[in-house]
Amino acid sequence: MKALDRKLLRDLRLMWSQALTIALVVASGIAGFVTTLSAIDSLEAARDHFYASGRFADVFARVKRAPDALQARLRAVPGVADVQTTTELAVRIQRAGVEDPIIGQLIGLPSDQRLRMNRVTLRGSRLGAEPGFSPGGPLPDGALPAWVSASFADAHGLQMGDRLSALINGKQRALHVAGVAMSPEYIFAGLWGMPDQRGFGVFWIDATALDAALDMTGAFNHIAVKLAPGAREAAVIDGLTRLLAPYGGRTAHGRAEQTSHAMLDNEIAEQRVLGSLMPGIFLAVAAFLLHVVVTRLVGTQREQIAALKALGYGNGAVRLHYLKLVGVIVAAGLLLGLVLGKWLGLGLMGLYAEFFRFPQFTHVLSPSLVVLAVGLTVGTALAGTWQAIAETVRLAPAEAMRPPAPGRYRRTLLERWGVTRIGTVGRMVLRQLERRPWRSGLAVAGIAASVAIVVLGNFFRDAIDHIVDTQFTLAMRNDVAVWTLEPTADRAAGELGRLPGVLQVESSRFVDATLVRGHRRERTQIRGYATHPLLYRIVDVDGRSIDPDGPGLVLTDRLADKLGVRVGDVLTVEILEGRPRTLQLPVDATVKEMMGLNAYMGREALNRALGDGDLSTGFVMVLARGSEAGILAATRQMPRAAGAFSKASMLRNMQEVSARNIRIMSTVLTVFAAVIAVGVVYNNARIALSERAWELASLRVLGFTRAEVSGLLLGELAIVIVVALPLGMVMGWALVHMLVGALKSDQFFFPVVIQPRTFAMAALVVLAAGVASALVVRRRIDRLDMVSALKTRE
Amino acid sequence: MLCMDAPVLNARHLRKVYRTGEVDVVALADVSLAVQAGELIVLLGASGSGKSTLLNILGGLDVPSSGTLHFRDQLLSNADEAALTAYRREHVGFVFQFYNLIPSLTVRENVALVTDIASAPMDVDEAVAMVGLGPRRDHFPAQLSGGEQQRVAIARAVVKRPDLLLCDEPTGALDVQTGRLVLEVIERISREVGTTTVVITHNAAIAGMADRVLQLGDGQVVQEQRNACKVSPADLAW
Repeated sequence: MKALDRKLLRDLRLMWSQALTIALVVASGIAGFVTTLSAIDSLEAARDHFYASGRFADVFARVKRAPDALQARLRAVPGVADVQTTTELAVRIQRAGVEDPIIGQLIGLPSDQRLRMNRVTLRGSRLGAEPGFSPGGPLPDGALPAWVSASFADAHGLQMGDRLSALINGKQRALHVAGVAMSPEYIFAGLWGMPDQRGFGVFWIDATALDAALDMTGAFNHIAVKLAPGAREAAVIDGLTRLLAPYGGRTAHGRAEQTSHAMLDNEIAEQRVLGSLMPGIFLAVAAFLLHVVVTRLVGTQREQIAALKALGYGNGAVRLHYLKLVGVIVAAGLLLGLVLGKWLGLGLMGLYAEFFRFPQFTHVLSPSLVVLAVGLTVGTALAGTWQAIAETVRLAPAEAMRPPAPGRYRRTLLERWGVTRIGTVGRMVLRQLERRPWRSGLAVAGIAASVAIVVLGNFFRDAIDHIVDTQFTLAMRNDVAVWTLEPTADRAAGELGRLPGVLQVESSRFVDATLVRGHRRERTQIRGYATHPLLYRIVDVDGRSIDPDGPGLVLTDRLADKLGVRVGDVLTVEILEGRPRTLQLPVDATVKEMMGLNAYMGREALNRALGDGDLSTGFVMVLARGSEAGILAATRQMPRAAGAFSKASMLRNMQEVSARNIRIMSTVLTVFAAVIAVGVVYNNARIALSERAWELASLRVLGFTRAEVSGLLLGELAIVIVVALPLGMVMGWALVHMLVGALKSDQFFFPVVIQPRTFAMAALVVLAAGVASALVVRRRIDRLDMVSALKTRE
Repeated sequence: MLCMDAPVLNARHLRKVYRTGEVDVVALADVSLAVQAGELIVLLGASGSGKSTLLNILGGLDVPSSGTLHFRDQLLSNADEAALTAYRREHVGFVFQFYNLIPSLTVRENVALVTDIASAPMDVDEAVAMVGLGPRRDHFPAQLSGGEQQRVAIARAVVKRPDLLLCDEPTGALDVQTGRLVLEVIERISREVGTTTVVITHNAAIAGMADRVLQLGDGQVVQEQRNACKVSPADLAW
């Protein structure tokens, strides 16, 4: 091994703690990057694979009831490659011992042929038994064998042969669990875009048996369409919608409006932004740190560089030597980052696997991602290192050999302003900081950047808490909500109000509609709330509530932007249920909301506009303490009620799945950020020490105490941290704004909410890193060799 | 006759001006000097006389602001960085006042640093033995005394068989006893290897060991003296 390479290894061993912290900084950046992007890649790969193998349909439509004969005409619509019709129905499910309401989607599977679209993949069917195309006809006791969606089966711990009961066509029917299944149509399962593993399940049942139970023999109510290559989706949707209208058909829609697909797509898009932006920020901070650290590191080796050059080593050789030094550190960081990223990526996938059910879900760390990570790291290292090395190497050896000329110190700004009561040590600290403003600035900026990313990492916690609080405390002030199968006369509110334990009832009416303005169309649901709602309220990001007390609509600001309407404009509203109607409604107000593209109206105004009487589709209630179980049981007996939902269980679903995932992400990011913070602070302290060891030892020779000498160095560190803290908080705030801007989508707007605890946490992390570094540095100061300081001039 | 040969180093009207902040500092005013092969020259001068600057220019660590410097036929005074590096690598050995050893490398490895890049070096162990450090060759600089460290520096300087050995205050950081020992080593090795040697010092007592003594002051050669009979370093006293 060449002597220079030996020097490399020895230097590395000598500066192991600094090298380790730098490597950890790089590893954190890379791990964040690899974790998120590999998880998304895996998600996409699993989705694409399942969509292909399960032949996921392109267009979907529902009708009330259409005869099988219509199939041929649907098939003839230009652009349609294949049509598959099924019978499906959402029903109330009961399971012994479960109080919470459950909605089941029953889907009929033909027994004589395999589905051509939205194919079902079975998991854990009886050993040795070749599953047929459907779970088979009714059992001798009348129970219907059913394949149950995996997320529901897992959430309830269902076993083969377990029984549930379903209210089908007014009759309770037993469902016999005959298998656990997955379908590309229900990768995500939940109601209203919220994951709900317990409250929503899909049950695939023999089509003949289901048709018989529903009186749907010879008819269908659900259509799946595969587009021909090159077909225009919009044209096909128009063609289908026209054909289906006479059969109570609502507008057909593409994948974009298919719940499972939309949720999956949304998650992927969001994570892609997050997965590129956050690690991007982390890596940029890492590059910056590398620059700071390497500049100062190379600076401390000034004389060795001069000696090497005096011995005849060329600039290239010296540069290569230091690049190798940085290269080894960065490579170690890269490797660690990749391993950590793979591991955490697997973990993140595990979280996804609870939301999204695939028959095959394996972690993919694609070579291109690895190449990208390597490229980014090398780029980061080069960006951070090249200039630092080049500058020192450029020095003429004679110049490098001379100790850097004593700096031209002068009285500090404070002193010039007349503040004279600064002790000698304080004066030295301030003058040192002021003499090298660029270096001091870099140190401050480095620490501020680490404060900022700790804030950024923690922000998601604050945001999700705020969302949950707004949604579940401010907007939904009810305990239970009951939904009806069909619009119902509002008298039902009175019936519910008379149930024992019900303190307050508020009615609402939801209507599916398409809002049209010129050529722009948006399909949505008009939510008719009470005119002056108390229980179900419209709340904006700032927590203010808005009453839908005008004659027209209140729109989410993003929806208004999409439609290009402002307050006072009139929208054309195509009603998608009941008889076809078109209304003209003014926009009364817009509201800045966090989630969804919503349209609200006063329920009474909506009913007046629709002209079909005082109808409601839902009732929200406030209950006396302890009466919830009784009320839920009572609503189960009401034939018109589709389901009843307790806010507590919705909140629990939210907390257990989405909120938990975000919290885990946030924790991981915060840990990475903390590692970076420690890396910066520690390196700052160590390098300051090595730069000034000679001076400090000389001071000790002159009779300064250890404490005084430590104060000199640690005072500098303290001032840098004190200046960096507020700056870092401002930077963190700005980063959060940037991130929120990038994450903003049609569906979602993350509120910029940073709790004081987040700022406090960032400050604490950095302060703790400061104290720990100070302790290490203090120990080293205590061991300074005074004699060598006198002998050498370093 | 030495004087009949062409000089190894030939400097004409060297001038070096440093700019520090707002002031120009003239480090070398006007120095002309010819160094013959095999000569041992001592450059004497108080601090600030310009001797280190002259040594740096002679050694290719720096270039003059004006004037010319030839190494044999090669013009060094306007050579670029690459040419100066090659010059140092092939022809010059340095010994510094503060040794400038690489602290993370052992005695042997510090010397090997040069053999890795020199074209026809001597054996590393031979060089280490020449300075009497054979038994300590695996020690790190921090484990050596000042005199030993300086001997490592000398071994490192001569291992490439340099044409020119430049020593900058080689005894400056050492006590008399050790300093004498180091000078002995320099004298002996330059004789054995046949290098031309320039020693700069502010210590006039060292002048006795030189073939020629140049006294520098205010950036100029103020006095030149040829020693009729040289004193062995062992007999020097200061």
